[in-house]
Amino acid sequence: MSPRLRWRKFVSGFMLTMTGVCAFVTVFVLFFILGYLVYHGGKSINWDFFTKLPTPVGETGGGMANAIVGSAKLLLLASLLGVPIGFLGAIYLAEFSGSKVAFVVRYAADLLNGVPSIVIGIFAYSLVVLPFKHFSTLAGGFALGLMMVPITLRSTEEFLLAVPRALREAAMALGASKWKTIATVIVPAAYRGILTAVLLAFARVAGETAPLLFTAFGNRFWSPGWNQPTASLPVMIFTYAVAPYEDWHRQAWAAGLVLLGLILVINIVARAILARGIAVPRA
Amino acid sequence: MAATTTVSSASPIPGSRSFLGRLREGDEIARLITFLFAASVVVVTVLLVLELWQGSALPRHKFGLQFFFTRVWDPIAEQFGALPFIYGTLMTATVSLVIAVPLGIGAAIFLAELAPARLSDALEFFIDLLAAVPSVIYGLLGVFIVVPLMRDYVQPALSNTLGFLPLFSGPAYGVGFLTAGIVLAIMVIPYIISVSREVLLSVPRDQREAALGLGSTRWESTWKVVVPFARPGIMGSIFLALARALGETMAVTMVIGNAPTISASLFSPGDSIASVIANQFTEATGDLYVQSLIELGLVLFLLTFMLNGLARLLIVLTAQRGGGTAHA
Repeated sequence: MSPRLRWRKFVSGFMLTMTGVCAFVTVFVLFFILGYLVYHGGKSINWDFFTKLPTPVGETGGGMANAIVGSAKLLLLASLLGVPIGFLGAIYLAEFSGSKVAFVVRYAADLLNGVPSIVIGIFAYSLVVLPFKHFSTLAGGFALGLMMVPITLRSTEEFLLAVPRALREAAMALGASKWKTIATVIVPAAYRGILTAVLLAFARVAGETAPLLFTAFGNRFWSPGWNQPTASLPVMIFTYAVAPYEDWHRQAWAAGLVLLGLILVINIVARAILARGIAVPRA
Repeated sequence: MAATTTVSSASPIPGSRSFLGRLREGDEIARLITFLFAASVVVVTVLLVLELWQGSALPRHKFGLQFFFTRVWDPIAEQFGALPFIYGTLMTATVSLVIAVPLGIGAAIFLAELAPARLSDALEFFIDLLAAVPSVIYGLLGVFIVVPLMRDYVQPALSNTLGFLPLFSGPAYGVGFLTAGIVLAIMVIPYIISVSREVLLSVPRDQREAALGLGSTRWESTWKVVVPFARPGIMGSIFLALARALGETMAVTMVIGNAPTISASLFSPGDSIASVIANQFTEATGDLYVQSLIELGLVLFLLTFMLNGLARLLIVLTAQRGGGTAHA
């Protein structure tokens, strides 16, 4: 073997090992931080966390029951806004629209998808908070719902388009009207994909904090109705983590574990739904 | 296939079903309803841009372009300049890319070229899950792991060895540009790996085989043939990561230190566009103050808008290139 070849082989072996090291370091760091979160969160979590209100500053104990309910309300509102718009909009794009309108809607959706979440917060603030003159669950739900729209829309459309043309033609040949074809043939054929899309969009906004800072704001008590500021898990994590109290840090870890657990479970379920018997191949 | 009639096209077969017929069967109604929902997406997006533009009218008129070059941010004197925040945003994003790009691309090469398919897919599943971790959680980990680590070990070590550079001088607070950049790097690495791996896998097999057949080593075929082939897509993944790093709010806000400073030192506490909005928006009093923050939001929006567009274009270009050559 000539020295030149030996050198080339050495470089090859070395660089390939380095890529392995890169992969190892990355995966290690990521495993480490997740493990740390589970360890600390697990140590800090207790029954009070789920059932009690936050205590006044300076007192230890208490929990985040109001934030858990607040997050649930916000996510309910967000889904009520984001899922219908995303789903029906996708049906229009995939089944009814001409290519020009579709291009404009897709472009708008992609643009909306790339808007930094804090800017969505500003938008919801000036559109909902200012006219009502106070922070509210409504405004927070609006901001989160807005973020769900483009994710739901784009992936639902993709799954609808992947339904084989033969299915449509068969239904229409039997004399079904177009909307009947959509409702009874196309959507059922793509439902796994659509469900996955909705779940992933839900999981994505469940952890969003920035759009809630000046829409849902925060609250140390229960938030009755929909028109009051409300606490939410992500904002509580932020407030508690940067505060100087030891007991708040403990609760921030617990909240982090609960939030992360929820999001990862939804993600895994969504992927499992899609993987289990793929009725429709991904486009 | 080309000869098949397009059933999904808007125009019905002439004469077979009249407009009234379609109306009776509900098609026109379904069409109208779904159209309204699709159109609302466009309306909302236009409204968002309009709202940002009108909401920042005062500072745009009062400061003009000076807004971008003024380094004073003094709410009491009603002097608002965006320079410290633009600086902080660019600084943290740069630090994050310097760390994340080599690690991410290296890992992507390993996953696409070397790792057995099963290991590669398993790791990809894990990495996708990490991309779903909310930023406030990264912020939480940043505050309690990265900040103490930086303050007690990394920053003293850096200033002892590389302290002669202005980048690594000054007191070690723990919080600051460097810390924010590192937390951002951890956040964006999953994106770089995921997209880069995908485009590397889309490089046609014969490219690799041709290079190996000509006698190149495994690394030479990867680095001189496969990676250049996938370069636009990899660049796309980097722009995507950059757009994300620029717009990221919570993780940065929690570890950057929140002080409108411009300092050559990476150890110095700073502020980014997103973090200043997050911290001051609810406390801002007076129209000019609020609107200056909205103008910062507008700047951030435009920055990420351009980067996202560029990223998508590059990724699409690579995908076409891979497909085109494979069939040729």
